[in-house]
Amino acid sequence: MIVPAAAGLVAWLDPLARDASGTAMVRVAALEALPPDGTPRRVTVVAGKRDGWTREPDVPLGAIYLRRTAKDKVVALHSVCPHAGCFVDYQAERKSFFCPCHDSTFAMDGSINDPKSPSPRPMDTLQVEVKGDDVWVRFVQYRTGIKEKVEVT
Amino acid sequence: MKKAMDWLDSRTGFRGLLHEVLFERIPGGARWRYVWGSTLTFCFAVQVITGIVLWMAYSPSATTAWESVYYIQHEMAGGWILRGIHHFTAQAMHVLLVLHLLQVVIDGAYKAPREVNYWFGVVLMLLTLGLGLTGYLLPWDQKGYGATKVATALMGIAPIVGPALQKLVVGGTDYGHHTLTRFFALHAGVLPALLVVAVAGHVALFRRHGLTAKQPYRKPEGRFWPDQVLMDGVACLAVIAAVLYLTIRHHGAELHAPADPTQPFNAARPEWYFLFLFEFLKLDFLTSWFGHHGELVGAIIVPGILLGMLAAMPLLGNWRLGHRFNVGFLLALLLGALGLTFRSLQSDASNASYHAAVRSAAEASERVVALVKANGGIPPAGAAALLRDDPGSAGPRLFAQHCASCHRYDGHDGQGAVHAEPPSAPDLKGFGSRSWLAGLLEASQITNHAYYGGTKFKEGKMTRYVTTKLPKLHAGNPGALEAMIAAVSAEAALPAQARKDSADAELIERGRVHARETFGCTDCHAFRKPDEEATAPDLTGWGSREWLVGVIADPTHERFYGQRNDRMPSFVKDGRLTGKEAGMLADWLRGDTEPAAVVSRMINAR
Repeated sequence: MIVPAAAGLVAWLDPLARDASGTAMVRVAALEALPPDGTPRRVTVVAGKRDGWTREPDVPLGAIYLRRTAKDKVVALHSVCPHAGCFVDYQAERKSFFCPCHDSTFAMDGSINDPKSPSPRPMDTLQVEVKGDDVWVRFVQYRTGIKEKVEVT
Repeated sequence: MKKAMDWLDSRTGFRGLLHEVLFERIPGGARWRYVWGSTLTFCFAVQVITGIVLWMAYSPSATTAWESVYYIQHEMAGGWILRGIHHFTAQAMHVLLVLHLLQVVIDGAYKAPREVNYWFGVVLMLLTLGLGLTGYLLPWDQKGYGATKVATALMGIAPIVGPALQKLVVGGTDYGHHTLTRFFALHAGVLPALLVVAVAGHVALFRRHGLTAKQPYRKPEGRFWPDQVLMDGVACLAVIAAVLYLTIRHHGAELHAPADPTQPFNAARPEWYFLFLFEFLKLDFLTSWFGHHGELVGAIIVPGILLGMLAAMPLLGNWRLGHRFNVGFLLALLLGALGLTFRSLQSDASNASYHAAVRSAAEASERVVALVKANGGIPPAGAAALLRDDPGSAGPRLFAQHCASCHRYDGHDGQGAVHAEPPSAPDLKGFGSRSWLAGLLEASQITNHAYYGGTKFKEGKMTRYVTTKLPKLHAGNPGALEAMIAAVSAEAALPAQARKDSADAELIERGRVHARETFGCTDCHAFRKPDEEATAPDLTGWGSREWLVGVIADPTHERFYGQRNDRMPSFVKDGRLTGKEAGMLADWLRGDTEPAAVVSRMINAR
């Protein structure tokens, strides 16, 4: 009885051994496509993905918001709400971000702009690199619901 | 017959068992308040039956879950009824659970010696909630995906074990195949098995202790059969009638568009029986009292304490005032949950952007079904891929993202949002059509913001031509302008104008001559034959898919605006859009989004 139970337990715990660190940078946009006034633009992150047994070369992984803050400076904000993981939407008419689940709101730069906002931290920024005309981002996930920004690995 | 039964009884003693089951004593006679346990057992049986059949058609993986549920819902004979019954019976179970709990607590049926049986009941309630939570994900649609992301994220904030627990439940760091296989194993295997065990314990202990009869007795002592069985039967019938009514009214359970982590889903809400928790997390006091720990408090600590108190009722009941406290506590809890549910529904009811999100979610789910039907099935990459390559879905989004900072579409940004500032480029609704062109060629309209008002062409040659020369030419040649407009617009070959274009073949033929000879369009534009000296955009194929893709790709190309281009970026040339995206924009602008046409283009592209 111990042998099959142990084998089952080990297999069941397999996800704990999986590691998502070491995510590579991916090109997400052309620098020119970002408005110079710093208005966030939503872009889809397309990259290779391994999901269980499936290996897909190019598949949309998620979305981020890119803001051009200077001529060759770009800030990337994660679209996943740091509160509970819903998709934060940018509302152009209010010039702010809004999460439709628990009404978290964020300013255009991703900071919390309302003390009532339930999110424990500002929107998560991602590592960005501008290489020539292209914007590259390291697309990772962060744990939600806590004050510290901790990468999910 | 009797002989056979006697033989069976001698071997199994089934008569005695049956007698015990059917002729249980009911002090004070059968009563309606005792029906809840039976209705719940009945519901569980319904779930097992419908669940097993659904299981036979369901395939848990990120590229087949939504697809197999689509098949059940839209193609399998009676599939939508089956799914609807499963869906609404699950909801009924939550209502019946609350009623059962109320009856048990009010009647004091949790007190000694029935403490353990009450705890079985609490476990059963948690298992039922767990079944609801895991079942919600299985269709892998936007709604279930979003709700599960939130539920597992909440799990992850639990102290110490949270992150590991989340990873185990999700089956890795990201949501995918293994999230589904794990949830499905829980939903169809582990949780129902535990439920069966707990129900067996619950019923066995119930039989051991007997019914907690409500005082004072109204009738002489009765038996389970037939009095109570009749009442239970009527109650079960009422439950299944309500379930069937809801199933037929809503045409089964809803199925949203397939899960897509790249698209916002602003209609995200948990199943209604979790709305109170959802709303609780929105309450201000969590953040103002507990700061960034608000979510931990709201999602784990407070529900944990309340659940603990619920489980502690038998112990609390030993105090002198314990029973009253328990009843009061339960009623307060239920009123609180009801209040929060009501608050949530009310705030959604008055939230216009939520309504818009619900509408667009419904449109997306109808759209994907139409595409699947036109395609004659779902490609192996899954339905999400079909939706991603659909100009009807992607067109408005791309327009809002890339075009709407200058252009408009019928006054809005393509997705219905109206910007305050005036557009700096033409409104592209109906671009290529006769009416759009007629507006451009109207002296009173060309300088409007819907046309050249915001562009440098407001001062250009075309505007001068339309405001000065064209009215005279028009006045001198009755009918010529109409023909020329029909001829140029026919270049676009818009699907909406196809019938007009073929009926007006003769008019269009005349118009082509007028364009050249009467109006002198070809002084600047090339039209239906190459013209090296043309200085204005090519009118050959003007507004066609190929022309639009070309101008989106590079408006500075000689064929279009060349050096005269105003501010329009070369979207494809500069890498802002892919050729495929430009194609989807063109198709959408041209109104060429009929599912059959879209699907046939997809097939050609492959």
